[in-house]
Amino acid sequence: MAKIKLLKLSHARSGDKGDTANVGLIALKPEYYPILVKEVTAQRVKDHFRGICLGEVERFEVPNLGALNFLLHQSLDGGGTLSLKTDAQGKTYSSALLRMEVDVDESVARELES
Amino acid sequence: MNRTIRIANGQGFWGDSLHAPIELVKRGPIDYLTLDYLAEVTMSIMQKQRARDPKSGYARDFVSMVEEILPDIIERNIKVVANAGGVNPEACRDAVADAARRRGFSGKVKVGVVTGDDIMNRLDDFIARGVELKNSETGEPLASIRSRVQSANVYFGGRHIAEALDKGAQVVIAGRVTDTGLTLGPMIHEYGWKPDDWDRLAAGTIAGHTIECGAQCTGGNCLIDWETIPNLADIGYPVVEANADGSFVVTKHKGTGGRLSVASVKEQLLYEMGDPREYITPDCVADFTTIQLTQDGIDRVRFSGIKGKPATDLFKVSVSYSAGWKAIGSLVYAWPDAYKKAQLADRVLRERLDRLDLKFDKILTEFVGANACHGQLSGPPSHDIAEVTFRIGVRSEDKRAVEQFTREIAPLVLNGPPTVTGFAGGRPKVEEIIAYWPALIPKSELRAKISVIEA
Repeated sequence: MAKIKLLKLSHARSGDKGDTANVGLIALKPEYYPILVKEVTAQRVKDHFRGICLGEVERFEVPNLGALNFLLHQSLDGGGTLSLKTDAQGKTYSSALLRMEVDVDESVARELES
Repeated sequence: MNRTIRIANGQGFWGDSLHAPIELVKRGPIDYLTLDYLAEVTMSIMQKQRARDPKSGYARDFVSMVEEILPDIIERNIKVVANAGGVNPEACRDAVADAARRRGFSGKVKVGVVTGDDIMNRLDDFIARGVELKNSETGEPLASIRSRVQSANVYFGGRHIAEALDKGAQVVIAGRVTDTGLTLGPMIHEYGWKPDDWDRLAAGTIAGHTIECGAQCTGGNCLIDWETIPNLADIGYPVVEANADGSFVVTKHKGTGGRLSVASVKEQLLYEMGDPREYITPDCVADFTTIQLTQDGIDRVRFSGIKGKPATDLFKVSVSYSAGWKAIGSLVYAWPDAYKKAQLADRVLRERLDRLDLKFDKILTEFVGANACHGQLSGPPSHDIAEVTFRIGVRSEDKRAVEQFTREIAPLVLNGPPTVTGFAGGRPKVEEIIAYWPALIPKSELRAKISVIEA
């Protein structure tokens, strides 16, 4: 097994609903989707966003888009106009998730490096 | 009717490009131009404007935009659908009708309004009758903040837009309607989709979701292959080519910049998504896990297979209320040790705020350039970092405390850590916080009013 950043396997977009941020994580190739499903669990995302996400993380599967959707509750300092954060709408949480490293087969890692 | 209709979106929020709607009309074929002006806080801003002037409280730039495209939309019978009415749709309608008369189009334009979404004057009645309007996130009843409420509106849907079009309106002005309803409405009107035709209503809703943020589905804010997206300066806004069976293609005018690919559309589909199987609107519940996407030529993405479920018997309510005061200030520290200097400035300022015995609900410090966006995920900043912006914000119920805070930042330039700049803007502004309270209400409590006049 090799460690690979999600940035190599997926792209993403994030937004807000009140104090909850959502991050949609999309596999760059259909064969990467099962890796995302296995590796990027709600618990791992919660651990990844420690200090940022103060509530629960929910995960939804969207297999037809090769995507996962995450809801990060209590992540925006109250959200909307209440928030004092630069990123009060969680718009950069998309690439924050892409920093995560996951385990992939050596063959996948080699393909990504070539 | 079974014809293919083209529905464009030229405004993703109030403050989006002023040129986009005009370009959509001038640079290619469209049948409907939709425009989304309302964010949650917009209604409270408009409420304040109307309190000062009973003829205001709507998106004024909508009127001048319509005025500019009037000759084209009349000649080509393009219909305009917008939630530009804010808290005063009738005043917005009157302004549009005046503009039409001024331009010599008397008797040539019908303007419709959808009203009844404003429930500000009914809140006490609702609460007295046990309609609690509980906060959907916290469960608290509205009564706990009743005295601080600034605006309260129900989200109507596409069917209400369709009714105005059925009555012959060429320009439809709504107050609070769902963003997706602006796109779905024309489809219901054209194709006569029944209120329980859940699959087609879901398809129209998903078309609306795809284009409601304007260029965010045509290559704007698009992460995948962002460096190769052509000509962002002339990005094309989206156009839906809709069919009576509920299938549709999302595209943009030929010759415009940007990119429409399956991947760029996927990003937008997931934007502000909750449970993808349960995308709830007044018109239906759409299931995003049923969408099939295919590339249908350059800058064309075809949607098919969409399934929906019955609508709920509740409308969503958006309440805005006054929730205290805030201010945010910043200073820039330069190399060497920029981050350490900014950290010291933070400690010094916080100690001074303590000594002044000011009460804040929250003090938040960020170091822009080091970790403001991604927090601890950014890792420690490089020792050699060129500059760091020290950004600090406070909020409080006590306006005076926030005002005093704004006076404590500038002195740091002379009496804090060195190589500091970036204070040319003066003291930070004290802003009133208008917070957002989402709730639900039984549909039976409300009736939309739809009227159409001739300019």
